[in-house]
Amino acid sequence: MRMLLFCCAGWLLLIGCYGIVVSRNLIHTVICLVVCQSSTYLILLGIGYRSGGTAPVFSDTSPSTVVDPVVQALCLTDVVVSATVIALFLALALQAHKQHGTVDPDELTSLRG
Amino acid sequence: MSRRLRLAVFGLGAVLTGALLVIAFTGLPEFGTSHHPYGDRAVHTAVDEQKTSNAVSSVNFDQRAIDTMGEEFILFTAVIGTLVLLRELRREVEEGEVETELRRSPRGLSSTAYLTYAMLGVTTLTGLYVVAHGHLSPGGGFQGGVVLGTAIHLLYVGGGYRAIRKARPLHLYEIFDALGAGGFVVLGLAGAIVGGDLLANVLPLGALGDILSAGQVELLNALVGLEVASAVIVILARFLEQYAEVRIQGTAR
Repeated sequence: MRMLLFCCAGWLLLIGCYGIVVSRNLIHTVICLVVCQSSTYLILLGIGYRSGGTAPVFSDTSPSTVVDPVVQALCLTDVVVSATVIALFLALALQAHKQHGTVDPDELTSLRG
Repeated sequence: MSRRLRLAVFGLGAVLTGALLVIAFTGLPEFGTSHHPYGDRAVHTAVDEQKTSNAVSSVNFDQRAIDTMGEEFILFTAVIGTLVLLRELRREVEEGEVETELRRSPRGLSSTAYLTYAMLGVTTLTGLYVVAHGHLSPGGGFQGGVVLGTAIHLLYVGGGYRAIRKARPLHLYEIFDALGAGGFVVLGLAGAIVGGDLLANVLPLGALGDILSAGQVELLNALVGLEVASAVIVILARFLEQYAEVRIQGTAR
């Protein structure tokens, strides 16, 4: 049971990779990469979890057990990186479509200047 | 490489990677463990020393603010990257805006338009609230910045491309983006001069839970909010422009 969350993360990583391998559309490829990246959120938050803990916020309550704020901060970085990667890859997909008229990675074989 | 061969290679790699992952997972600390040495220290520093109610914000904008500086520049670089990737190519011409809009995005129902205009104010206010309370409650510059950047795009939903183009002087947001990123560095250098360390929190800390507490955390949040909102607007503007304006010559779709 304690391994379930981590195994879910591993599964997300592999299923995302599978999606990239069989992808027929560059936008689908980008989404699959996002699925891969989601596994890191699960790992990070899973490591930082403390049984019975709540959010590490002390504005109007003073909880006695809180989860680890360090990994949550790392997760924020993760989300930002994910968003920027999506933006850049979608821009690349758009240009590939404009240059070659297709978004199927299997048909993008020729190098053109 | 044929698709079948590719799948076979992937299958082999996936099985091996999966096995390695499971072995690695058994070495991780137990799920839900009460042993969080870094977390405990971070919470202690945030609440008892730096008077920051939101421990996550304290980690991001005070204890490890230098990492957030790097993160901010990742976003800044992505904006530049998108601008470069989606620049106008030689074969492209920009068509007249009016004609393009009529063809591509017909006006929505006027009731939809009124609703989106009403929501524009509410969403902007929510975004500002989330940015302004980043040191007190969950949220902060990144989250609030995304809300603010999205808010203006309600205009696109309600009024079409022409409305958003009018309400969005792009060069201004490019400047805001740079100001947000640059302001972070300036504040960091100010901390280095006064406090001896880059991004040292030298501002008065106040009392835990006050709106004016936590020193530099809220100021950095505001700068990040400015940068993120501008970045979202500039990036989405580029994509919208591709959709609504730029056509390749001779291939009318």
